Amino acid sequence: MNATQAAEICIEFRDAEFRIGGRPVLKSFSLAVNRGETLVLLGRSGSGKTTALKLVNRLLEPSAGEVRVEGRSTLEWDPIRLRRRIGYVIQEAGLFPHFTVERNVALVPQLENWPRERISERVHELLRIAGLDPEQFARRYPHELSGGQRQRVGVARALGADPPILLMDEPFGALDVLTRAEIQREFLELQRQLRKTVIFVTHDVREALLMGTRIALLETGELAGVYTPQEFLRATEPIAAAYVSAFRADVMPQTSAKRGGQ
Amino acid sequence: MSLVHFFLEHREEILQSSIEHVWLVAISMLLAILAGVPLGIAITRKPWLSKPILGGANVAETIPSLALFGFLLPVPWLGARADRLAIVALALYALLPIIRNTVAGIQGIDPGVRDAARAMGMTGRQILLRVELPLSLPVLLAGIRVATVWTVGIATIAAAIGAGGLGEFIFRGLAMVDNRVILEGAIPAAILALAADIGIGMLERRLRHPR
Repeated sequence: MNATQAAEICIEFRDAEFRIGGRPVLKSFSLAVNRGETLVLLGRSGSGKTTALKLVNRLLEPSAGEVRVEGRSTLEWDPIRLRRRIGYVIQEAGLFPHFTVERNVALVPQLENWPRERISERVHELLRIAGLDPEQFARRYPHELSGGQRQRVGVARALGADPPILLMDEPFGALDVLTRAEIQREFLELQRQLRKTVIFVTHDVREALLMGTRIALLETGELAGVYTPQEFLRATEPIAAAYVSAFRADVMPQTSAKRGGQ
Repeated sequence: MSLVHFFLEHREEILQSSIEHVWLVAISMLLAILAGVPLGIAITRKPWLSKPILGGANVAETIPSLALFGFLLPVPWLGARADRLAIVALALYALLPIIRNTVAGIQGIDPGVRDAARAMGMTGRQILLRVELPLSLPVLLAGIRVATVWTVGIATIAAAIGAGGLGEFIFRGLAMVDNRVILEGAIPAAILALAADIGIGMLERRLRHPR
């Protein structure tokens, strides 16, 4: 049954380390991400979560250990082929300011030499999926969009050539509360249909609980535990518990104060 | 005789020299861009190249122009023709701002944009041609603009070694102690410099905002 188990795992960190000038940013990190799940990497800034993400599409290479994507070490992959199988969404979207929305979304299909009509069809489909009317938005430039619209384009672009894997680095971090909630809901709905393998980086506990099928907690470059959202809320380990109590205090200050008094 | 009359009388000669001048500047700038942009790109790829390349261009900049023309005179192929020599010297002067602005333009691009380009599986060449160069173009053009305005001015000195251009009038005027003759070179040169400044500036503004 080893074969089916290997097929289940899509991305695997094996004692992966990353050092900058001798200083470890990520220490002996081991974690398996299953196909079709949304794994959240939760941690404060500097905890190594973005580094872990960049090891997957080989924007960074591990100093020790390895990261395996679909059964092969990232170093064995041709980086260009690897990256075109992996969608990437970042905060502020990282859209190309000199490209229209249409060209931004069309980029990977274009790099993959899809025929012109198929690209245009795909772009329109993706914009609709992302909740943007193609007639209205296809010809606009990123600076003519609101933050929420840019982030939608960012998601549409990442889905361009229908990659099986999505990496999302605090994708909704720069949005106002209402827009963020809206996009989170829509993304959850989308993910229910698409079943991509997603690694989602955030420092926001609420977002982690909402988006994640599992939550991997990172603290100063080390994995401090992996939980389902339910387990996370009941966790007794100090780091996870600290997040949860901070979260509760945020959501309902009075209740939490009462509990503290009990 | 009024200055206007004087100018009208020599209009053919002034036009001829202006054309020579523009030609000197244009060829020099073309050479400087063809050398400077790749050198700037090289620096963004291999930071250790920054010191030798920028250092070299800096040294060229510090040599007084008249002296530089003199130094290049004995160089075999260069010294054979005055305009050839002048063009190479002018290109050397223009190099520094072009290299510098190429580097600044590329390094000024939002790191998120470059990360996104890499993450989407663009090759190094595609990133350079489709993302880095188009996005750094306004900054690069600003460098070309500064260099062009300088070169229009410095090119007047090229007349000292017989390379022609508007400097001919200036040197002749100096020898004849006739300000009108000096102005025949100086005014068209100033107009050329202004025209280059305004023209490239307009191009720059158009590129800064897409559309």
